[in-house]
Order: sequence, then C-alpha cells, then structure tokens
Amino acid sequence: MVSVATMRMSEQAAADTAAQAGAASGEARNPNSSDMAARNAGGVPVKASVENFSFYYGDFKALKSISMPVHEKRVTALIGPSGCGKSTLLRTFNRMHDLYPGNRYEGTIRLHPDNTNLLDPAVDPIEVRMRIGMVFQKPNPFPKSIYENVAYGLRIRGERNRSVIDDSVREALRGAALWSEVEHRLHDPATALSGGQQQRLCIARCLATQPEVLLFDEPTSALDPIATASIEELIHELRDKVTILIVTHNMQQAARVSDYTAYMYLGELMEFGETNQIFVNPRRKETEDYITGRFG
Amino acid sequence: MKAEDIPLIRKIIRRNKRLEVLFAVAGFLALLVGVLTFVALFAQMAVAGWERISPDFFTNFPSRRAGQAGILSAWVGSLLVMLVTAVSAVPLGVAAGIYLEEYAPKNLFTDIIEINVTNLAGVPSIVYGLLALGVFVYTFGFGQSILSAGLTLGLLILPVVIVATRESIRSIPLHIREAAYGLGATRWQVTRDHIVPYSLPGIMTGVIIGMSRAIGETAPIITIGALTFIAFLPESPIGPEFPWVNFEWLKSGFTVMPIQMFNWTSRPEEAFQQNAAAAGFILVLMTLAMNAVSIWIRYHVRKDIKW
Repeated sequence: MVSVATMRMSEQAAADTAAQAGAASGEARNPNSSDMAARNAGGVPVKASVENFSFYYGDFKALKSISMPVHEKRVTALIGPSGCGKSTLLRTFNRMHDLYPGNRYEGTIRLHPDNTNLLDPAVDPIEVRMRIGMVFQKPNPFPKSIYENVAYGLRIRGERNRSVIDDSVREALRGAALWSEVEHRLHDPATALSGGQQQRLCIARCLATQPEVLLFDEPTSALDPIATASIEELIHELRDKVTILIVTHNMQQAARVSDYTAYMYLGELMEFGETNQIFVNPRRKETEDYITGRFG
Repeated sequence: MKAEDIPLIRKIIRRNKRLEVLFAVAGFLALLVGVLTFVALFAQMAVAGWERISPDFFTNFPSRRAGQAGILSAWVGSLLVMLVTAVSAVPLGVAAGIYLEEYAPKNLFTDIIEINVTNLAGVPSIVYGLLALGVFVYTFGFGQSILSAGLTLGLLILPVVIVATRESIRSIPLHIREAAYGLGATRWQVTRDHIVPYSLPGIMTGVIIGMSRAIGETAPIITIGALTFIAFLPESPIGPEFPWVNFEWLKSGFTVMPIQMFNWTSRPEEAFQQNAAAAGFILVLMTLAMNAVSIWIRYHVRKDIKW
C-alpha cells in the first residue's frame, strides 16, 4: 500500500511539474492554462491537457480551439447534441482520424507525465494507440475466439510467452467483469456472445495491454438497459485503474458515471467542470438548456 | 374508408396481383431458357458419350482408333496447367488486390489502374494468347510448354482474382479495422491478422470461378501451340530422390481437355464424335466440381466469420 501511495504522489508531482513547465513556456496567450493549473492545484492530477485544439474535415472546421484538462483516474464525460464534435474530439485522442485522408489537427493534446504531444506529426499514431485504448459505439469483436480477441493487443506487441498471455487474458476478462461468464468457453467464437458481453469483451481487449487512458465512444447506445447498467457499473469500477473519457448521448449516464463533464455545442467547448456543478449549477444558460432537455 | 368502398379496394388488389403473377411467370420462363439450354446440352453430351466413359477412357492416350482413344494426356495436362495457373495468379492477384484496397493512395493514378484492371477482365482470351506467344514462348524462351500455358491462363484470370480480392476486402466492416488499428496494430498487422483471414473465403471463391473459366479456355492455348495429339505424359512432378520434386514437367509439351475435344470433333468419323461428347461431359463435370468446392467454402468457412 505504501508503495502505491508513493507512486501516486510521485506521479502527481510529475504532472504538476509538467503543468508548470507548460505554463512557463510562454503560454500567457492561452488563458485556459492558468485555469487548468488552478484545477490541478485542487488535488487531482491531470493526465492529458487539450490546448487550443482545432480539427478540420477537409475545409470544414469541426472543432474550434478547444482547451480542457482530462483528470487522471477520473471519468470525464463529453456531452452535447448530435454533430457537436464530441466523437471527433474523442477519436482524436488515439489518432483515429489519421486512417482517413483529408483530416487535419491544429493545437496540442499533451499526455502527462511525459508531456508527449499526441498530435505531433513526429509522434507515431501507433504509439499513441498503444497507450490509449478505445471502445467503440457498436461492439466490434474480431471474428475470432474470445481468447484471441483479448490476446490480440499483446500479440501485436510481440508477446509470445503463452503463460504471460494466459494471465493477461484472465486478468483483463476479470477486469471487464466477464471472466465468470466465459471462463469455460474461452475458445468459442466471440461473435456468439450477447451484445453486452461483446462490449465487455471489447473493454477487456483494451484492458489487456493496460492503457493509460480508455476512450468510450457511446459504448451503450447499441445495448439494452440491463447491458447498459452492467457497462456503467464496469466504468465505475475501472475509474480507480485508468483515466476514462466517455462520449454519451445520455445525460443521465453522464451524471451517473462521470466526475467531470464537458458540454460541447457546434464544435465548441461551452462549459467544462465537475459533473455535479455542471448538472446542478451550470454557469452558462446554453448548458442549462441542454441538460434540462429544453434543447437538443 | 366507408364500408361500400371495400369491394372496390378488393377489385384493385386483385388487379394489382394479376400483374404480379404475370411478372413471376415471365421471369420463370426467362430462367428456364438458360437452365434448360444447359441441361439439354449436358444431357446430349452425356447420352452421346456415355458408352465411351469407362476407366480405360481415363487411362488411355489418344489413338487413331476411336475405340481405344482416351483422355489421359488431356486431363493430366489440364491438371498441371491449372496448377501453374493457380500458383502464378493467386499470389499476384491477391497481393495486387490487397495493395489497391489497403495501401494505395486514392488518386487519379490508382483510379486509372482500377479501371484498367476491370477492363482487363473483358479482353478476349485470344489476345492473351498472342501476348503469351510473343512474351512467354519466344522472348522468355519457355517454348510451347505447360509453363507457358499455365502463365497465360494465369494472366487471363488475374483480373478476376484481383476484383474478387477487392470485393471481399471491401465487405469487411470499417469498425473491425478500427478495432485492430485502435489497439496499435500496424497496417501490415491488420492486413495479415484480419484483412486476409476474413476475406479468404471470398478470395478463394473468386479464384475458383477464375479457374473454372480457365480450364475451358481453348483459344489462347491453341495460339501458344498446344499439341493436339500427344501420346506421352510430362515427367512426374514428384521425383524419386531428394528434394522429391522436379520441374522438368514445366517444359513438357502438353494438351488439355478442350483441345482434345476440339481435335476429336474435327475428325470425320462418327466414333470420334462420341469421344468428343464423352470428353465434354467430363470437362463440364470438372467445372461443376470446382464450383461445388467454391459453394462449399462459402457455406462452411464463412459461417465462422460474421460481424
């Protein structure tokens, strides 16, 4: 326990140093960085900071100069009406946009404690994706066995040791609350699982390689209410282990699972804050209108 | 709607349904034209050649006496030529298809290549024969051999394999790719671990369809100079000593099933017509068997791959 606590502290110290370094390197023109540093001083280390980030699909500016922190080992929800750019922002975190031509990033997303700018063209998107996992809207297991699905992340990292893979697969499936349901049929096809199980399998697939950040892109929108509840419960449990960023259409879901909420509208970040504050006492009228269902 | 309208509605429905029946009948007749023609041809060949089909027919070389003539050199030739065709066209076609679909940037140049590949599938086979005569037979000096014939048919079915590969890759949903890329896989890892395995049934179906077209091709094979009457077999591909394979057979002269048929139909004697019918019957069976394999693959391999 002592060692864990020490580690947490040192990580926090590193993040603090990083934030100070960021502030020091002439970011006076960015009014948000002081804001972020203030939050940081509030006690929760920052895992990633989005700074003046804009995104273009061809000529269309889909995201406009977004700045916000992503707090470590907390759940941050991105909410907003369809087309507001929340999925676009989420998919930027593991450079999914690099797969398609004509997309362009501007600004930075820094991952702490090493201060890597995820959007730097010199940073390989594959490196980013190895550090940041993603769970998609529709469960998308590979048409392979349950075991192979979870093991795939390790295989592409060159892991060949059978017992290491076995252990990681078991741990990941436990972490995704799926182990007891599949332990006797690890070699059955993953596509035979129910939708909710498939989504938990996709979560396990990400967990197997111990990502620093986990992205959820409307993970329950294709699931029934019971499966949705189990995914939400899982997100709650994962909170202690990994930094989570979740896009959701469902306001109640954001309120239930997240610690911080960002409300986006037409490609702009309208308001960012602790979930409690956003839902109970929004600073902006637009946010209030959206969360109370008067609009959106 | 009022109660008195109901009879009127019923009348309209009856009239609409008459048109439906009319189309079903017309469509069924159209279908019959194709199916019956094939069945009639096939049955006619079967009846005409039936007496000739015996184990001897498969183990005898062609002969001046119709009663003793067989298709040994023809079916062995067809088999070996198909082997060369498959070995040359499958890796080339699959690699080209994967490159075009997964790797190539989408620009004017690749668009032109794409159109060309599609057009190649429609080039008359005799043109491939002429090309092969110049390139394989004379320039490369492969001679009038199994190798030349196999490569020629390989070229012929290359566009079919490329198109089948691309179609098959395109049917893999985007979210499966994103799942693999999202874990940090490189393009090659995604291709090797996902794209190829998931598109394999489709690719194999395309390959077999191409092969069943190639096995019946006559024109390009005649152009490069297949023999019409041969009474010997190429050397066995399996040798008696290490490394137990030899490639002498590639240089051998040969004949194939359709050429043997063609040779027999041009003879005046009635008895040879029987032989031709019997050989045709066997050739159609070979093609049907290949198609059966492709259907089997579709049903049994694809059932494990769903999204």
